Amino acid sequence: MHELSIAIQIAEIITEEAAKAEALTVTKVILEIGSLSGIEADAIELAVPEAFRNTICENAAVEYHYIKARAVCESCCNEFDPIDHYKICPFCNSLYTSFLKGKELNIKSFDIVKP
Amino acid sequence: MCGTCGCGDDDHITYHKPNEENQEHSHLHHHGPVAHTHFHRHDDYQLSLHQHQGHSHDHSHDHEHTHDHPHDHTHDHTHLTTTQTVQIQRNILSKNELEAARNRGYFDALKVVALNLVSSPGSGKTSILERTITEKGRELNCFVIEGDQQTMNDAQRIEKAGAPVIQINTGNGCHLDAIMIGKALRQLNMSTNSTLFIENVGNLVCPALFDLGESKRVVIISVTEGEDKPAKYPNMFETSHLCLINKVDLLPYLDFDMEKFLNIAKTVNPMLQFIPISAKTGEGFDQWYAWISQQGVE
Repeated sequence: MHELSIAIQIAEIITEEAAKAEALTVTKVILEIGSLSGIEADAIELAVPEAFRNTICENAAVEYHYIKARAVCESCCNEFDPIDHYKICPFCNSLYTSFLKGKELNIKSFDIVKP
Repeated sequence: MCGTCGCGDDDHITYHKPNEENQEHSHLHHHGPVAHTHFHRHDDYQLSLHQHQGHSHDHSHDHEHTHDHPHDHTHDHTHLTTTQTVQIQRNILSKNELEAARNRGYFDALKVVALNLVSSPGSGKTSILERTITEKGRELNCFVIEGDQQTMNDAQRIEKAGAPVIQINTGNGCHLDAIMIGKALRQLNMSTNSTLFIENVGNLVCPALFDLGESKRVVIISVTEGEDKPAKYPNMFETSHLCLINKVDLLPYLDFDMEKFLNIAKTVNPMLQFIPISAKTGEGFDQWYAWISQQGVE
């Protein structure tokens, strides 16, 4: 259920930033969500329209960019696609690997209409 | 922000010291004109989305008289609007992270070791704290923030054990966030060189996402749970520094495979440290105290 809190944060951030930009309305929002961010696609897609209701984002089209996880091995320097949080290096079996992508939880951009 | 119904205020979140519980609520209820959303959906919701199908509304009409303009003027203003893309590339949790950084600064200034204790419900977080406070409360100078959806039960147990405590009741919220911790800290009046235990809401999912400004995150698992917990809830194990394996006094009666558990946990987080303990018998607690003392040195 934390997706609703996250969705409300998104609405709050965009409302603040849209006011700074003197926007009349927000027409489009692009979100970046990594597969390891702890956010479920179904849950966030349900929560965002609810959180946007009665805000400047109410009529915005929302694009969800889901980002696949990518990891790099610190031992052999090879890059690979980890399976969830299991990031054992498939090349040398090292556990000392780190994520390059997949933790994203960002508002990438939003489109506004200005007077 | 309220994570329960989505309203803009913390209406459902309360902060209490145990001896304040029968008093009037000290928190403020704002029911002002704050924009808030609710999940309820009216039956006529669909009706409000009706469309005009098959006919159009024509609103043009003719003017049959003319006006003379005795002077010339031009209407040179245009009603064109411009569209613009705002590239903000902002982390959605940035507000929480800002508050977490604030808390971290407060802890640094007071030389506080702040530990965020996370686990599923019933793993023994409160029992571990009770024993810790009873045995080392004075030496470690313990303070506690308790997080639960409801009740003062844990705060009462902690107060009985002898540590100053604030109970945060999150209502229906499933985790503590840095803003709640900041508010609780203002009531807690911590002293320098102390240890703060933050007992998070029993939940292995959401608390993983929210940095509270803690020095270290401690995940607790009990041997009555499955050894595949780290595989099921990898986010929590990946973000923790220490894993306390509680209720080891029950091992002879259970099928818990310690070797298998350690292997799975290390796969998720190879840096994770482990201390097997029993809050009932006190086994492993010397190691736990040594680990806490070590955090203050760093």
